[in-house]
Amino acid sequence: MISLRINSAERQLDVPDHELLLDTLRERLGLFSVREGCGVGACGTCTVLLDGRPASSCLLFTSRLEGHEIMTSEGLGGEQNPARVQRAFIEAAGFQCGYCTPGFVLTVQALVEEHPNPTEEQIKEYLAGNLCRCGAYPNILEAIKSMYAVASGR
Amino acid sequence: MAAAEPAEFTVIGQDVERHDGPAKVAGTARYVPNISMRGMLHAAYAHGTRAHARLVGVDGSEAMSAAGVVAVLTGQELAGWPEIEPWLGPAFRDQPVLAIDRVRYFGEPVAVVVAETRDAARAAADLVVVEYEDLPAVFDVREAAKPGAPLVHEEFKPAKVFADLQHLAGKSDTNVCYHYHLETGDVDKAFAEAAHTFEDECSVPFTQHVPMETHAAVAWVEGDVLEIWAATQTPSFVRQEIAEMLRLPLNRVRIRVPYLGGGYGAKMYDKIEPIVALLAWLLRRPIKMVLSREEEFLITTRHGSYSRIRSAVDAAGNITALAVAMYYDTGAYADIGPRIASKSGMTAIGPYKVPNVRLDSYCVYTNKPSAGPLRGFGVPQAVLTHEVHVERIARALGQDPVAYRLRHLLQAGDEHPTGSSMVAAGFKECLQAAAEGTPSTFERPQGRYRRGAGYASAAKAVLTPSTSTAIVQMSSDASTTILTSTVEMGQGSDMTLAQIAAETLGIDPRQVRIVQPDTDITPYDTITAGSRSTYHMGNAVKLAAAEIRRQLLDVAAGQLEAAPEDLELRDGKAWVRGTDRSLGIPELFLARFGSWGTSMVGQGVFQTSTGRIDRSTGHSDKITEHWFPGAAAAQVLVDTWTGRVTVEKLVVVADVGRAISPARCREQLLGAALHGLGTALFEELALDEGRPLNATLLEYQLPSMLDVPVEFVPVIVEVPHPSGPYGAIGIGETGILAIAPALSNAILDATGAKLTHLPFTPEKVLEALG
Repeated sequence: MISLRINSAERQLDVPDHELLLDTLRERLGLFSVREGCGVGACGTCTVLLDGRPASSCLLFTSRLEGHEIMTSEGLGGEQNPARVQRAFIEAAGFQCGYCTPGFVLTVQALVEEHPNPTEEQIKEYLAGNLCRCGAYPNILEAIKSMYAVASGR
Repeated sequence: MAAAEPAEFTVIGQDVERHDGPAKVAGTARYVPNISMRGMLHAAYAHGTRAHARLVGVDGSEAMSAAGVVAVLTGQELAGWPEIEPWLGPAFRDQPVLAIDRVRYFGEPVAVVVAETRDAARAAADLVVVEYEDLPAVFDVREAAKPGAPLVHEEFKPAKVFADLQHLAGKSDTNVCYHYHLETGDVDKAFAEAAHTFEDECSVPFTQHVPMETHAAVAWVEGDVLEIWAATQTPSFVRQEIAEMLRLPLNRVRIRVPYLGGGYGAKMYDKIEPIVALLAWLLRRPIKMVLSREEEFLITTRHGSYSRIRSAVDAAGNITALAVAMYYDTGAYADIGPRIASKSGMTAIGPYKVPNVRLDSYCVYTNKPSAGPLRGFGVPQAVLTHEVHVERIARALGQDPVAYRLRHLLQAGDEHPTGSSMVAAGFKECLQAAAEGTPSTFERPQGRYRRGAGYASAAKAVLTPSTSTAIVQMSSDASTTILTSTVEMGQGSDMTLAQIAAETLGIDPRQVRIVQPDTDITPYDTITAGSRSTYHMGNAVKLAAAEIRRQLLDVAAGQLEAAPEDLELRDGKAWVRGTDRSLGIPELFLARFGSWGTSMVGQGVFQTSTGRIDRSTGHSDKITEHWFPGAAAAQVLVDTWTGRVTVEKLVVVADVGRAISPARCREQLLGAALHGLGTALFEELALDEGRPLNATLLEYQLPSMLDVPVEFVPVIVEVPHPSGPYGAIGIGETGILAIAPALSNAILDATGAKLTHLPFTPEKVLEALG
């Protein structure tokens, strides 16, 4: 039995040693915003925030996360009460098919917390681990920039 | 363009916020991999490990005894049941649901394992023991096309499902499963009289679609109905195939499609749906299957191709003849390859006025993974061919490449070499917009780094014939529902169709809801692909909405004591034109039915056809319903020491007829262009004698945010099509068509290095630099 915080709630979970965090979140907890894209940590589709930093849940064993804090897109906000980062994606249409979108949302959430005033190159570098095959990157960049514009009152 | 015209539309041309944003961004939107059923079992394929071999034995007994395994099924067992038709495929009935007596590509499913969990099923699949007897294999498309090459199929039978493929004939003793021939004028004479002749060879490797969501399906039996949730772009076709496989009436097979996590042509025709449906039918338990990324790379690919193009040019510099051979490598199973070889191979002569043309396009089996459509249906391979070649001619003649193209480009009223008349085709407008957006007046450094600009034109013909059907239902509060089998896979079709209905009915598009594809409810549509939905389903929706409009105006005419032709629908009301007399839609319903909660229904069927096609010459007075004109321009910086190409600017242009939503059009242009940039510069599914070498996302590179050009500019050209819904045609693929040749031509302009074999990796650039 291990204890960890998932989307701001304390959880006690009895999981096999080799269960992936991706499977725990989806199959045990119904957090379907977390999705397998490649299974090898290369695409960012299964991104979660692990203690506030983006991490690939397809590479993490749940049993090793005692005491850690996990955040998924559902934890940031919902359809009725989207968080600021989610509103930015909705308003800029920073998505097409939507499958990779929650991963992008979480990485951008971490970017905004970590970098108060990034250059465009820094933004692109930070997001390079999240792949979007629809090629919605230009709109996603707009969404990100809109967050900084609001933050600095521009 | 639209802005300069009077505001004749209220909804068309507006960017309305998409319906699907909040659910997709929060992560709560439904996709097939998120669907579970009580008592559900999981299925996984066991894959063959030979490119071409006879199956001596497939033994599932060890897999069957593994923990959690419920069933193991081999192709041989499947073929033994007379009540099941195991051979499927959209062009030829050449692909078994599971390999029966032989495997034809590395990774072909030889058995399927069903277990209590996905991990148990996948682990047990590795325990299936296969004994092979290797057969001679063929991997090169030109070798495979030669007489005497090892045969991938001894014979194959036509499927006769799609209208455009009714003419296919069964064949034996050849790997060439389809040959399209176009012959116009006297090509030999033109070459004999030519002042100049030119020749180019191009090739394109296999690539993969890489939708972030892999193929997925869930099926179960409820009463006497087979219920299936499938991640597919073709629900109507999947229903047809599964009904045929199990010999069930169509109304006992139900296909539902939620949002798709990307398609790009990967999720078409039947892929994993038949095996999942079959298992649910046999075991009477819900069955789920989701492919791993490695499996996704093998289930379908983009056609590799080899092409050769020759031209005859007269003393005045006019192209007098083109002779083209296109070889499409369709892998072990034809999938839709014959459609690609004909409709798309045809475009390898380019959108040019050329009096003498000979084109041979071949669809060829090899022992590689099956190839199908990928964003452009084989046209990008054809555009690369004619656009690197026209560039060569222009430069050899000392002509400006853009001006030289403009001199030959077709326009409305011209006759295409197939004998069809061109209608509303903005090829010149597109190329001009691309060239204006990318003037080659930049600084040209002469050292290690070289800068250049390249241009390309493109044409794709829309799939013809095809059919779209829509039902529109308006309720008494004016809220409206559209029933359509068009699949929303990110392209924004839901809101596009809602805007068309709203424009026709004079309501707000946010009052329109789209029912997701459900073959019990939503009527037939050929495919959600080939950029056909806006034009075809848009027309069907417009026709259906117009039927409701007529009913509303009939009621309003009586109530407002005016002739129906003096009435209009606007802002949710019927108005006597030019007056302030109006009645709201709810009042019209009450007048018509006398009660609330009532509805009016309209149906629209939109069907296209070609003229008669002469199969010996490829001629027809109407070869396609319409064309997709496009163009691209690229500015690159080439590092001549490392061969690295940096795309400084990419302008991508499409004639969309009319932009229903300009924002959605721009997104499609940029998304397609980025996919084109990936396939042009680095994407390749490397196959060593059919065995994949890089079927993971660690090794197969996709464009990331770092690959987005610094200047990345979409340009919408609007030449309204007379039969498009409010003038519109589709947009999903046009943006990819001209990207690779624009980049090739830009590298040529920068360095003098001619690249015609995709992808243009640093190694190839250095090799071409010499």
